[in-house]
Amino acid sequence: MSDMFAPFMTDTWITASIIAVIAALVGFFVVLRGAAFTAHAVPNAAFAGAAGASLLGVSTLLGLGVFSLGGALGIGLLSRRGRHDAVTALIVALMLGLGALFLSWSTEYAPEIYSLLFGEVLGVSAGEVAVTAVLAAVCLAVLAAVYRPLLLTSTLPEVAEARGVRAHRIDLLFLSLVALATTTAVPVVGALLMFSLMVGPPAAARALAKHPAPAMALSVVLALATVWGAIALSFQTNWSPGFFVGVGAAAWYLIARLAAAVTLRQVGRLERR
Amino acid sequence: MTPQSAIEAAEIESAQAEAQQPTPSARPSQPTPPVLALDGVSVRLGGRQILDGVGFSVRAGEFAGLIGSNGAGKTTILRTVMGLRPPDRGSVLIDGAPLARRGRQVGYVPQKVLIEPDAPLRARDLVALGLDGERIGPRLPSRRRREQVEAMLDAVDAGRFADERVGTLSDGEQQRVLIAHALIGRPRLLLMDEPLANLDLRSGQEIVELTSRVAREQGVAVLLSAHDINPLLPVMDKVVYVAEGRAASGPTDQVVRSEVLSTLYRHPVSVLRVDGRVLVVAGSTVTTDAGPVGAGA
Amino acid sequence: MAGALSVVFEPGFFGSGPVHAALLTGAVVAVVTGAVGVFTVLRSQSFAGHALSDLGTLGGSGAYLLNVAPVFGFVGAGVVVAGAMDLFGEQRKRSRDVSTGIVLGAVLGVSALLLYLDSTSSTTTGVTVTVLFGSVFTLASYTVPAVAVCGAVGLLLLALLYRPLLLSSVNPDLAAARGIPVRLLGLLFMTAMGVTVALASLVVGTILSPALLIGPAAAALRLTRRPLAAMALAGGLGLAATWIGILLAYDSYYWPPRTGTWPVSFFVVALIFLAYLLSGLGERRGQRARLRAGQSECAADPCSVEAV
Repeated sequence: MSDMFAPFMTDTWITASIIAVIAALVGFFVVLRGAAFTAHAVPNAAFAGAAGASLLGVSTLLGLGVFSLGGALGIGLLSRRGRHDAVTALIVALMLGLGALFLSWSTEYAPEIYSLLFGEVLGVSAGEVAVTAVLAAVCLAVLAAVYRPLLLTSTLPEVAEARGVRAHRIDLLFLSLVALATTTAVPVVGALLMFSLMVGPPAAARALAKHPAPAMALSVVLALATVWGAIALSFQTNWSPGFFVGVGAAAWYLIARLAAAVTLRQVGRLERR
Repeated sequence: MTPQSAIEAAEIESAQAEAQQPTPSARPSQPTPPVLALDGVSVRLGGRQILDGVGFSVRAGEFAGLIGSNGAGKTTILRTVMGLRPPDRGSVLIDGAPLARRGRQVGYVPQKVLIEPDAPLRARDLVALGLDGERIGPRLPSRRRREQVEAMLDAVDAGRFADERVGTLSDGEQQRVLIAHALIGRPRLLLMDEPLANLDLRSGQEIVELTSRVAREQGVAVLLSAHDINPLLPVMDKVVYVAEGRAASGPTDQVVRSEVLSTLYRHPVSVLRVDGRVLVVAGSTVTTDAGPVGAGA
Repeated sequence: MAGALSVVFEPGFFGSGPVHAALLTGAVVAVVTGAVGVFTVLRSQSFAGHALSDLGTLGGSGAYLLNVAPVFGFVGAGVVVAGAMDLFGEQRKRSRDVSTGIVLGAVLGVSALLLYLDSTSSTTTGVTVTVLFGSVFTLASYTVPAVAVCGAVGLLLLALLYRPLLLSSVNPDLAAARGIPVRLLGLLFMTAMGVTVALASLVVGTILSPALLIGPAAAALRLTRRPLAAMALAGGLGLAATWIGILLAYDSYYWPPRTGTWPVSFFVVALIFLAYLLSGLGERRGQRARLRAGQSECAADPCSVEAV
């Protein structure tokens, strides 16, 4: 048990905390904007990038970053041209296939696929913690800067346009933030479980909190609990962090929805429509 | 009357009437430009001429109804005024100047917003966004902002549901919040896109009266689009009647007449007045309507 | 001539047992997914395809633990949860996407655990790859007949229910008014989809099975609006993609970097993507021809509204 907090794990805990905070804050807007598809698509593109990086022997974060950003901005560009569901879904599938292809060329095929898809406790190496922290700082700075226009375009897109807010630029910024969050978190929680981490805590939080500030704060708290729990339990059992993230996020969501339903009934009000 | 001149005659009449009488908001007669002025606006979309030489103006404190059936071009006019779709020909001037891109001059109330019931945003938060929603940078807590929001919520009588989630409000309640959001920024012009379409008669009437009251208090020009003119009759200062891509504007009594509308629609149209209500029906009646002012009153 | 053939078909291709099994399985799968896929797109139930494939992951990884061939795990999972999927479809899109996504996240998480246990408990290596990305060259001997039976049953079901299913997919209210049991049909169709996705998972794995389900169907529907023609075309496109994919994968054993064959799933998905892009060209040619023929407006069926 004490091994968990040994010096070699410090970086992991720091990274885990950073990941949780960023994923929760970006995820808050993912849920608000109904961008579930994006939250699935970008991590899958990231998977291809990580696989390619592993093949070329370069930093995983670099591969993740390039492909996440490319995928996110690509989605933004494609969605501007009108209906895009089928082609973007196919591109996302292609990214996964590409990732499998890259990994099949390496000698560590099966273990690599597993850890990229489902996460790994020591996913972020010591040298990459600093980069992760910088990326997170950038993400936080951008979020703080565009918080209000982002909130406005997410809830009242027509009105925002009338006010002169260029929704498309805000959208591209948002997509870049999704890419940033994905890049930092995928090494630890895995590409397939990134969605759960980004969407679960905010979805749970908004069932319990009525306005943005407490909702975002609660998202962060739940995300931290999820990631810390995942690291700790994964360390003990050797099971992948992805399992704990997936199950944990779902648990928070269910609990929050139940609590909200119960509270409403106690107060005796019906949801008005 | 020759076809085109019926509309022109109505507009000349209305201009003369305006020059002679002060407008209801009683501004001192200075040559200030109207808040909104369209001139010869034409828009072509998808091979169809949506708007063809549309021109009208709205002054500060005036309540103008943009009336027309679905597909007549009302939404296109609103979008053009908002700057979302520049006209192929003609001009749109706000206070005598072209619309500034990042302006707070125009407030917009959409017909309906799609906000999830569990979205974490209270009515209060939505109204606050009307003050500074387009600003970059972190938002610091401000008592002044809180007070402004509180005042605006009172003005639209939204105090009792100010702390409810926007997504759980009824259509009428949502409309009030959207109006508050649009007006809190002190725009020069308020555009409302078919606010009555989803409301029952009573809520619709309340919204119209409330809008008229607050707009007058703030000296805002209002352009409200609707397909039925009757709910607006009590508060409208002028009407902009749109049909077949063209518009006739002026005081209601002068525009909503059989000759004018028949010219507009290029088809016989009769205007009937029953109990102070207006009924526009296709086809000509045997008897003509009684005259320009107060028919059926 | 023999020289040219041997460039395309590496030695041993036609004589290899596993290749025969792969080609046969691939053919059955392609035909079934083509037909079911067209209905899936018509009913706008692509999300259910993704959900069923994720559940297939669970079934497949569980099957290994029970020492059973993955086909039974995939199919079992697909059938069992079809009813639940039917329920989820009733929600509004945004909340449905979030709640099903979170639930499926948990499902994938459990799958991760099962795959881990698989790899530590049994001697089969690369279970993860097999389940997630397909195993068409390493099928157990009883898989092929099982696939053939499932495929036949699925197609028979579709043939029997074709007309009522088509009507209830395109116009549920009208179908209900005519006494068609729309909900029951919906449930049956969901079951068929579960089986189809399971079969597709054998060829390209659970992660990519939605692409095999939706891709050829989406491409076919861009080229024709007649459902039967679309189903045939989708089956044909899927078949071409699958067989050429199998061939290329077999050949890739001799390609750099010589670490073994490239994954079949990669080739199949890449070919489907190509087919979809090409169908876009075909669609634009068709639109221009219609415009030239004087049809300035779209006819009763919807035209795609892509920005030109």
